[in-house]
Amino acid sequence: MSFLEICLYISLPLIIISVLISLFRLIVGPDIADRIVALDTMTSIGIAFMAAFGVFMRKTMALDVALILALISFLGTVSFAYYLERRNLQ
Amino acid sequence: MNIVLEIIAGILIVSGSIFIFLTAVGLVKMPDLYTRVSVTTKASTLGVGLVIVGTAVFFHDLAVYARSILIVIFVFMTSPVSSHMIGRAGYLDGAALWEKTKANHLEGQYDLKNKSLKNYYSKKED
Repeated sequence: MSFLEICLYISLPLIIISVLISLFRLIVGPDIADRIVALDTMTSIGIAFMAAFGVFMRKTMALDVALILALISFLGTVSFAYYLERRNLQ
Repeated sequence: MNIVLEIIAGILIVSGSIFIFLTAVGLVKMPDLYTRVSVTTKASTLGVGLVIVGTAVFFHDLAVYARSILIVIFVFMTSPVSSHMIGRAGYLDGAALWEKTKANHLEGQYDLKNKSLKNYYSKKED
């Protein structure tokens, strides 16, 4: 087992545990804004997960997934925030 | 040479994932929407950046370098914007402040009913 594999066996579980912890905030979060923050965090953790997974599988294709996820997550967050700002406006 | 690149990539990926883990812990432990936004936008950006740089160092290929630079620039550009939008929307939606908050410089500046700045609206009515 090389040094890089040991590093990946440390970092991939850490990233997955962080997604689960953010999921806790997404479920519990007292406000809608807290849930949006948790969702934003989960998608940006997903970018890092896809990159690390690409190193693990020795495939550069995973970086394309990470790029698309970065594009989509910004749009999602902005549209949720826009909705939250305007939802009670007459 | 290859071994050195692998070791550098491993160290970068592990440090990035430690930052990501600290982000998730801060997201749960922080008492307030605004502190949560602050924690996630700082630490998560740095963690994602470190992991992506580690990936680029590992593959050591021009196409991967291009994509990694694109991802890092995009994350560094959009993360502050989205966190600002969430914070503003949360304030306008009436998210509660932490009870130990010392100063609120936005108090009285926003017209919470029309969801806009007060001065802007009064100028518009004249």
